[in-house]
Amino acid sequence: MDNIAGSKPTLTWAVHISVAILVVLWMMPTVGLLISSFRTADQISTSGWWKALFPQEQSILVRTASSDDQTQDGDLWVIEGNLFAQEGLEQGEISRWGVSSRDIAAYAAGETADLEEVGRLMVAQSGDYRFENEAPFETARGERIYITAVTPPEFTWDNYRTVLFSSNARGGMGKAFFNTMTVTIPATVIPILIAAFAAYALAWMDFPGRALLIAFIVALLVVPLQLALIPLLKLHLQIGIGKGYLGVWLAHTGFGLPLAIYLLRNYMVGLPKDIIENARVDGATDFQIFTKIILPLSFPALASFAIFQFLWTWNDLLVAMVFLIDSTGETTVMTRQIVELLGTRGGNWEILATAAFVSIAVPLVVFFAMQKYLVRGLLAGSVK
Amino acid sequence: MHPAVLALVTIAVGVGACIGYFYFSNIILDKFIFPAKGPNAGRNINRANMVRPWLFLFPALFALTLYLAYPVFETLRLSLTDRSQGGAFVGLDNYRQMAKEPKFWEAMRNNMLWLIVVPAASTAFGLLVAQLTDRIKWGSVAKSMIFMPMAISFVGAAVIWRLVYHANPIDVDQIGILNAAYLMLGGDEPQQWLTKLFWNNFFLMIVLVWIQTGFAMVILSAALRGVPEETIEAAIVDGANPFQVFFRIKVPQIMGTIVVVWTTITIVVLKVFDIVFAMTNGQWETQVLANYMYDKLFRASDWGVGSAAAMVIMLLVMPILVWNVYNARKEMK
Repeated sequence: MDNIAGSKPTLTWAVHISVAILVVLWMMPTVGLLISSFRTADQISTSGWWKALFPQEQSILVRTASSDDQTQDGDLWVIEGNLFAQEGLEQGEISRWGVSSRDIAAYAAGETADLEEVGRLMVAQSGDYRFENEAPFETARGERIYITAVTPPEFTWDNYRTVLFSSNARGGMGKAFFNTMTVTIPATVIPILIAAFAAYALAWMDFPGRALLIAFIVALLVVPLQLALIPLLKLHLQIGIGKGYLGVWLAHTGFGLPLAIYLLRNYMVGLPKDIIENARVDGATDFQIFTKIILPLSFPALASFAIFQFLWTWNDLLVAMVFLIDSTGETTVMTRQIVELLGTRGGNWEILATAAFVSIAVPLVVFFAMQKYLVRGLLAGSVK
Repeated sequence: MHPAVLALVTIAVGVGACIGYFYFSNIILDKFIFPAKGPNAGRNINRANMVRPWLFLFPALFALTLYLAYPVFETLRLSLTDRSQGGAFVGLDNYRQMAKEPKFWEAMRNNMLWLIVVPAASTAFGLLVAQLTDRIKWGSVAKSMIFMPMAISFVGAAVIWRLVYHANPIDVDQIGILNAAYLMLGGDEPQQWLTKLFWNNFFLMIVLVWIQTGFAMVILSAALRGVPEETIEAAIVDGANPFQVFFRIKVPQIMGTIVVVWTTITIVVLKVFDIVFAMTNGQWETQVLANYMYDKLFRASDWGVGSAAAMVIMLLVMPILVWNVYNARKEMK
């Protein structure tokens, strides 16, 4: 059917182009942040990230060497060097330059400027300059030169170094990364186990009230967890768990269970009936059937849920803020840390972009590695 | 103890306790309470098999009841009491007080906007992408690119989109791509998108649409593949053009799935919190219910009104809850 309906070449092209546009639109925001995280603060705040991939023309203020470096050449005093030799500057190509802020592009590269009593200054395209005068120079800080140069794209790992390893207590993401891990792993593993047993009972064991229980779980699927915040926090404080890892693990377990049971039950119901009945006839107990047959066969569903729960706990902000993070901020997680950075350092894009990418990186890896299971889980998990 | 060690211990203890519970409770049931031997062996086996499902279900049911069912009723109770009066029953006072606050109505209005725009836009884009990528070779690559934001946290997305919306003064190069595009297309000066009253809501919604489109696309794409070939072939033979095939043949057949996608996204929208919290925190008239509730609960420490706001969210979810349960029961029969 597709080759009939899609046989009009103009339509096929329109499809290709629209998909391309959509993909670009969807990718662009993330790519922008990724590129920004590899640029210096200066670069981010002076030019858009989309310009970072190409050589760009920018005007920079540099200085010649100071009079300490002058040499005598016959009866001339000379300062020589390369303007790009300074700290933090990449090699580039100078097109225009000037010495006054009012006319920063007064001369072309290779021209010699006669600055009268100050001397004669020649700047070449490569950045080499020669500054000469009949009298000794007395400029302690060097002569100012404005150059308009085309510099190649430049990227740096510095932001990641700062964000991950800087030790200033509240700014660092290193510890938050670790805390997030600590929250995520038990909060992913424990509900799977509990849910798997329950799902088996709901799928393969016959008992009165089973249909009602399934309805109960379907209902709980959509209960907003916002309702649970205060009652549970109160409960945790009363029984002495307080705010901390234990509380957040329990909360994530509770909130993840409905989806886990629902997904796993839907999957287990579809397993071949013969295998299970044969095993029963052969004298296997329910416990053995579960651990030896059901669990291995349900691997795809277990993986789907594990990914969901992992993404959800890793990306969560609300549950962590309510059940985990206390006033000391010792147990802060990455999402909370980023919100904090947004508030206090909203202008420091290099820090924000990098911090955000550190937190996004792990889910993205998981996503691309296990996309198959994620899709399968989505298809099984949406209530039909 | 170091948190990482604690985490490992927790996994070990948690997993061990779960397995131990299931294993030993089964043994106790079969060997001691209802042993499958002696005079009543047959009756005991039957009894054990009646108890066993509840052994398997107990931990899950306990956690579900404690962590989801009980809070619904406790929140309802809290919304009818006043914490400052020592938890005295005050009837609907909290709701009355909430109804007097302009911020609440602002949150309601915005939530309604979100409820209309986000599910509609996500489903529409998802359907569009699903249909378009179905017939091209690099479709699966395109799909995974559009699906990718699903993996990104709302907070991460907030940072990503703050950069998109960033505005520099007019005499400097723009670093936010939206303003750069706006100026290139003839806009006169860079806009502060997130502080433009009313419209800023839509700029926040775009973030959620960006995330949810992938979800809609995955589900709808599977549904489109399930549309029987014969119906499409018949339509083409009858001279239907591709648009007619799509809107008259395919869409009506996947209507059920569209409704599912729509309602699922609706629930996400009702709970939306992180995006607003991280991008504007409800300033410039962008408040939504979930963030309003958080404000009341944890900033103003007003549990009564906060719980009342939570109950409003619950009430809005209720029709979907009933509908889902109704469908699930119908399917089981």
